[in-house]
This record gives sequence, C-alpha cells and structure tokens, in this order.
Amino acid sequence: MISFILNGAAVTVDVEDDTPLLWVLRDTIGLTGTKFGCGIGACGACTVHMDGRPVRTCVLPVEVAEGRSITTIEGLGSTGSAGSTGSGDARHAVQQAWIDAQVPQCGYCQSGMIMAAAALLDANPDPSDADIDAAITNICRCGTYQRVRTAIHAAARARRVE
Amino acid sequence: MSGPGQKFPDRSGLTRRGFLLSGAAAGGGLFLGGLVTDGRKGLAGLRTARAAEAGTSIPLDARITVNTDETVTIFVPRAEMGQGVYTSLPMLAADELDVDLANVRVEAAPVGKVYVNYALFLPEVSKADGATGDRAERWLVRSFLGWQMTGGSTSVRDAWRTMRVAGAAARHMLIGAAAAEMDLPVSELTTELGFVVHRASGRRMSYGSLAAAAAEQEPPGNPRLRDASEYRYIGRPIPRLDAPSKTDGSAIFGIDVRLPGMAYAAVRHVPVFGGRLVGFDGAAIRGMPGLDRVVEVPGGIAVVADSYWRARRGADALPIEFDPGPARDLSSETILAQFRTDLDSGRREVSLQDRGQPRDVFDAAPIVVDAEYQVPYLAHATMEPMNCTALVTDGSCEVWIGTQAPDFVEDAAARITGLPRERIKVHVTFLGGGFGRRLETDVAAQALTVANQMKGRPVKLVWSREEDMQHDMYRPAALSRFRAVLDGNGLPLAVHHRFATQEMFKQYAERNLGFFARTAVGSVADQREIGAATRWPYKTPHLRVDWVKSEAVVPVGNWRSVSHSFGAFFNEVFIDELAAAARKDPVEYRRALLQAQPRRRAVLDEVARRADWRKPLPPEWGRGIALHESFGSIVAQVAEVRVGPDGAIRVERVVCAVDCGEVINPDTIEAQIQSAIVFGLSAALHGEITLRDGRVTQRNFPDYEVLRLASMPRIETVILRGGDTIGGIGEVGTPPIAPALVNAIFDATGRRLRTLPLAGQEGFGA
Ligand code: FES
Ligand code: FES
Repeated sequence: MISFILNGAAVTVDVEDDTPLLWVLRDTIGLTGTKFGCGIGACGACTVHMDGRPVRTCVLPVEVAEGRSITTIEGLGSTGSAGSTGSGDARHAVQQAWIDAQVPQCGYCQSGMIMAAAALLDANPDPSDADIDAAITNICRCGTYQRVRTAIHAAARARRVE
Repeated sequence: MSGPGQKFPDRSGLTRRGFLLSGAAAGGGLFLGGLVTDGRKGLAGLRTARAAEAGTSIPLDARITVNTDETVTIFVPRAEMGQGVYTSLPMLAADELDVDLANVRVEAAPVGKVYVNYALFLPEVSKADGATGDRAERWLVRSFLGWQMTGGSTSVRDAWRTMRVAGAAARHMLIGAAAAEMDLPVSELTTELGFVVHRASGRRMSYGSLAAAAAEQEPPGNPRLRDASEYRYIGRPIPRLDAPSKTDGSAIFGIDVRLPGMAYAAVRHVPVFGGRLVGFDGAAIRGMPGLDRVVEVPGGIAVVADSYWRARRGADALPIEFDPGPARDLSSETILAQFRTDLDSGRREVSLQDRGQPRDVFDAAPIVVDAEYQVPYLAHATMEPMNCTALVTDGSCEVWIGTQAPDFVEDAAARITGLPRERIKVHVTFLGGGFGRRLETDVAAQALTVANQMKGRPVKLVWSREEDMQHDMYRPAALSRFRAVLDGNGLPLAVHHRFATQEMFKQYAERNLGFFARTAVGSVADQREIGAATRWPYKTPHLRVDWVKSEAVVPVGNWRSVSHSFGAFFNEVFIDELAAAARKDPVEYRRALLQAQPRRRAVLDEVARRADWRKPLPPEWGRGIALHESFGSIVAQVAEVRVGPDGAIRVERVVCAVDCGEVINPDTIEAQIQSAIVFGLSAALHGEITLRDGRVTQRNFPDYEVLRLASMPRIETVILRGGDTIGGIGEVGTPPIAPALVNAIFDATGRRLRTLPLAGQEGFGA
C-alpha cells in the first residue's frame, strides 16, 4: 500500500512498489490527463509535479511518491499552487496563456508541456528565452514550440500583474 | 530471452494460438481512498452530446443536429489530429446555418457512406463548386472508393461544399418550419444567429423551438449558399474549439478510453520484417502478477493483464520464437546497393515526364551538371503510441480508436468478428498525432483479435514506444540521380532525373483494401502521386523524369506529404545547384524559368520580399530558398541558417509564403505551417530509420531525435489566395524545408549536402 496526496486529496493504492507512477495515475486511479509518450524519460509527456517540482512519471516508481504531494494537469488550476486562484476549477495562468496563444494542436504533449512550464514559472517567475530553452525539453511532434514560448512569456507577465 | 530461431529447452507451455495464464480476471486488489474523481473523465467525455435525452436532439442532416437547449451538434467525419478540423469544419457549417460557434458542440461522426471524402479522388477542387465531381465520378467513388478518410490534406477541400451545404440545408428547413408556424411566406423570413426572424414584424423563433417541425421539412437537394459577405467565421482567425479540453487534460485520446472491467494488452512483434512467429513460452511468465493470457495477433503476440504495466512486463519477459524469414540479412546498406543496381539497370522503369530529346542533347553537351541525392526511411513517431480498445460480444462489436480511416477499421472488425456491419460501431477519439500513420489498421486488427477471444470484456491494447518505432509503415528511402545540360546563358537545356524507391500505395492497398479497390488504386495511385511529387516545374526544352521501382520488404506508408517529402528535396536542391553552376542568384534563376507560371512566381516573389532576400547576412550565416507545389497549394520558404565553427547547424529563421487558394481559418494555417516545418526540420536534421539484420535499429527518441524547443527557429508565415482552386494545408509546409535548409547551408559554407539527415555528417555537428 502506498499513500500520497494527489491534487490535494489523500489517496492509497495497492500495486507493485516499482510500478511507474504514470500507470498508477492513468490506470489505477483513472486520471488520464498525464500521457505516455516514450516510457524512458525522454519526451516529457508524463510530467507532473512532486512537491512542486516537475518529474517524469514514466520512470518514477510509485514508492518514491509515498507521503509526497503530487499535482497532475487535472489539479493544476485548482490546488492553490502559485499562479492559480485556488478556487475550484479556475484555470492556472499557464493554461489561460495556452488558450490565448492557441498552443495545442493534437494536444497529446500539452499536459506535460503545461506542467513543465508551470514548474518553470514557480522556480523562475521571469524566464528569459535561454531559461525556457533549458527548462522545456519536452517533445511536441506537432511542433507547437513557437507558441509554447509565446505562452510562457505571456503567463509570466500575467502572474507579475496579479 | 531467446534469439532468432532459438529453441526453448522446455516447450511444455508453447502453443500457437492462445495461452491462458490464470482463470480469474481480477488481479491484485485496488483500494482508493479520499479521491474525488472528475466526472469529465472516461467514456462520458466521448458522448457528451449523445447524453441528451431522446427527443431533445433532432437531426436535420447527417452532419447537423439541433438540440432543444438551443445548442447545435455538428458531426465531423474527419479525424482531429492537430490540424484543426474540429474547428474549421464546424466554422463552414455554422456560417451557413447562422449559429454562434459558442453554442456548437462537436462530435466525431460515425462510419457511413454519407461521409465519403470525394476530394481524395479529384485532381483539384474549385472554389466555386467544391468537391462535387460529375455524376459518374460520384457513383464510382461511392460504390468502390467510398472512403471516409482523413488524408491527402483534403478535409477542408472536401468539406468546403459538403459542410456548407449541410448548414444551408438545415437553415432552409428551419426557415420552412418557421414559415408554417408563423403563417408567413418563406421569402419574408431570414435568420440571425440561432433564430428565424421576420424583420417586418420583429417576430422571431429559436432554432431549438423549430427543430422538431424542421425535421418534417423536405431537405433541399441543392440549397443556395449564402454570400461570402454574410460569413462571420470563414476567413477569420477563430480560436480552436478543442483548445480548452487540451489544456486541462480532459480531451480523450484513444489511449485514454476507460471501460468497466477493461483488460489491458501489450504487444511484442516479430522483430524482423516479414518474419514469422513460431511460438512462445507462456509458462515462463505464468507466475507474474495480474496476467490473464497470451494471444497470437497479426504481427506478433499480445499479453493481456489487469493493468497495462503488468501486461507490459509480461510481454517484455515472454520468450518468443520466430523464423526471421527472407529478410534476415537485410540492411540499409543492402537496400541502398539495390537502389544503385536498379538505377544502373533501369529494370522496372516508369516514365513520369518526357519531352524533347534529352539523349541527343547530352551527347553534345557544353556544361553538364550531375548530382546524386539520398533520403532515408523515416518513422512517424506520433506523440501518442499506437493503441486501440475493442469490445466484442456475441452479437456486437465496438471499437474506440484515434484513426484516420474509421471505415477501414470497420472492415477489419467485420473480417475478424464475422459480424455484419450494422452490429459494429467505431468511435473515433482525438488522435495524438496522425501524420499518415493512423491510416493503417494494424493495431485495430490486433485489439480486435484479442477482444474476439475475450467476449464480453473490453480490451485496451497499447504499443510501447519501442514497438511503435520498430513497426511503423515508414516513409520510403529513395536514391536520386540528376544530369543537366545548360545553354549559353546558363539556363537548363536538358534535365534527366532518375530515382529509385519502393511502391508505397501498392503496399497500402494490399494491407487495407478489398480486392476491387486494391486493383483499381494500387500502382495507379503510386504513379499519380509520385509523378506529381517529382514533377519538374522549371522551363526546360528537353526533359525526362523516370521512376525505377525497387522493392524491399520494408513496410512503407503515408508520411506527412508522402513522396513530396523527397520530390521537393531532389528538385529544389538540384535547381539550386544549376543556379550555382550558372553563377546566378537562386531566386532570379527560378523566376526566369517560371515565366509561364504566374502563381508560382507570385509566391516566390512574396517570400523573397518578406525574407529580405538581398540583405547581407553576418559571417557564418546563409540563406536558402525552395518552392514546391503539393496538395493544390504552392509553398515557398526561405531558411536562414548559422553554421558555427564546430559545424553545428542552427536554423535561425524560416519565412514561408503559402498560396492555398482559399482561407478558412488563418490562425490554423499559421499553426499548420509551423507544425509542418518543424516536422520537416526534425527529419532533415536528425530523422533516419536504419536497418540491420532485417530489423530497425532505432528504438526510442534518443536514437530517433526530433526538434525540441531550444532548436526552434522563428517562423513567419504569409498567406496568399491565388487561383480558382482550394489547396490543402496540413502537409504542404513540410516538403520545401529540407531543400531550403540544404541550400542555406551551401550559402553559408559552400558545401552542398546531398544526403539526409544533415546533423552529424562529416564536418557538421549535431
Ligand atoms: S513518457 Fe515519460 S518522458 Fe516520455
Ligand atoms: S500538440 Fe501534438 S504532440 Fe504537441
């Protein structure tokens, strides 16, 4: 049995300890917003926050999450993390910037992109282009990178105004 | 683990068909505490509109349902894989129907002949008439080639007529119903965003209140379309209707489908192309937790368990035995050698263009320019790995899949289950990338095979990234040779282009089509497509283009822009080489040879102007241009590149001019151009699938690298609307980028790279 906080609520699962957190979230718990892309930590589609930091869950054994706080895309706008109003289903500044900049195409990589971007802004509220280059190593096969960059800068601005 | 052809010491568990690992379906217990699940998740998301109670949703057309809550549901028969059809197609219908997009719900259409894609079979689609074709063509398409396919950049071209006519017909019926209710002549009524209005009296009735009566109206066969000035959406940058669901994790892709009691399957393929499964040792994994059974599926085996991860571990650990077959010694080198031999011998040569007398001219040649180009196999690597969910019962079958060809999935379901079509239902989800990969039905056939053996229990079958990369239908490799003679002014007098590559559509047809369609399209489609992709557009008195068909067992398929992905590379690098040989400016040289083609020239001029073609660049920088027509659109790109002292190639800026004839959503066009350029840059810089011992060498992203954000150039797009026809947009930005980049590297370094991919070649960094 492994227990952790998921999007603000306590959860306990009974799975093999070395099961990647990705599959626990998707299959055991049923939160499918976190995606499977490569399974080896190379693409970022499976990115969530663990105690506020971005982690790639396809290579993270669920036992590592024991006692920690996990935020997935489903909880990003509503868990009171910096950048959200903490009021239920409100959109996180990054999610809003994503819609304003019309970033998503197929959308499959976008949960991971958004989680990586939100974590970047928590650590660095005003990232330069070089900071973004270094922090956002997620793959998007639809090639939305130009708008991802635009949206991150816009979200940073929006959060400074708030 | 066993290697190829190895025998197992203990064959007790070895079977050919199926292998039960445990009797009980349930595995390790699962306990959830304190979790509030989100109602949007799961299957409900697929059925939002259908949830409306009976009688509150009234269909007026196969594509349009008016709901009594004043919303309208638009059924889109094309796959949303990022190209924006769940927005652009509803825009077309909404403008004719005269409804607010904010009140529109979008649903995937079911499979049906009414949703056939006509544009797939038309050489061009006129702005005035749309994809209609004559009666004979329509009959032919419906009877034999009635494909509900998303491909060939045809979605908008096909929907330009069908979606607008659907909206217009529904509006006509609503007006007719209002005329009867209000006892007024139809001619005095008009519409305003969801209402039928009688302007003179100010009376108005909502669409929702009229829907039931409208359904009784006779649908007009050929409704008059509205004047373009009345459109509020078409031609404007409208935000994607699916964007919110793609930022909060609620969009349901095939891999996200969850059904009660669902089992999970992981796949292991026979690794060698054309190899054959001999058997597997199910006993070796019998003790592993949660496993249910092993099933032989087309191409390999599937291990079924109560969770994907358990299935995957079982599949990884399962010893399989296979016969590698005739491809055991196949490698990239042997295929290239075969291409060379076939080009030398000219065996199975097909003439694609032929005018003048090139042979005689070459004999008396003043300046001869030769070049040989090479492109590798490429994987699609869609972000969402291949997957499919299926449920088979004694009398019915349901499939959930992100597919570009739902009718072919239905064919597969009918074949595998033996059920009649009316008992089969295909639900199309969002696609996590398509790029042509999801035109195939291989993964659907596997899921259906497993589900057919587990009647009553839904099965979700998911490939690992490694299986996805090693069992793709690849963009074919190709080898090309050019020879040209220049006249006294340096202009081409004669060009002879010969290239070798596999027949792609023939393979696709064999995999996916019935006998009639297979016979009708196979080689014909290849010749038509590859002919268009390699057509030499420049004024040249003596010209020959020949395709040497060179077969290999490597499975090949439709990869974003298909043969245009190499046709543009060959032609546009070679014309640049001719310009260099003639010591002419690459833009001026092309212009001089396009005097009879004003549309192409306009695109060329526009891109040169926007890119400041003549403005000097700093040291280490270079600028390259390419121009190519595909899918009815003309695209020109200028790439600016910097090649550092260490040989590292950095693409700084790409300017793109696209003439796609008509503009539905300019924001989508810009996004698709960016997308297609990134896709083409990933391939040009890094993309390469190599073969050794009959199998693919690459396994996952680190050895099949793609462009990431840090390497993203600044892309600027300008849209033109020339001509009387409508062009495609999803693929057309990919073909020119590789030649524009190679030409830019030449400008920067004086070296002409003739083989793709570019990164890592001698003297060039990653
Ligand atoms: S799926 Fe985890 S990094 Fe790719
Ligand atoms: S939006 Fe399709 S992979 Fe990023």
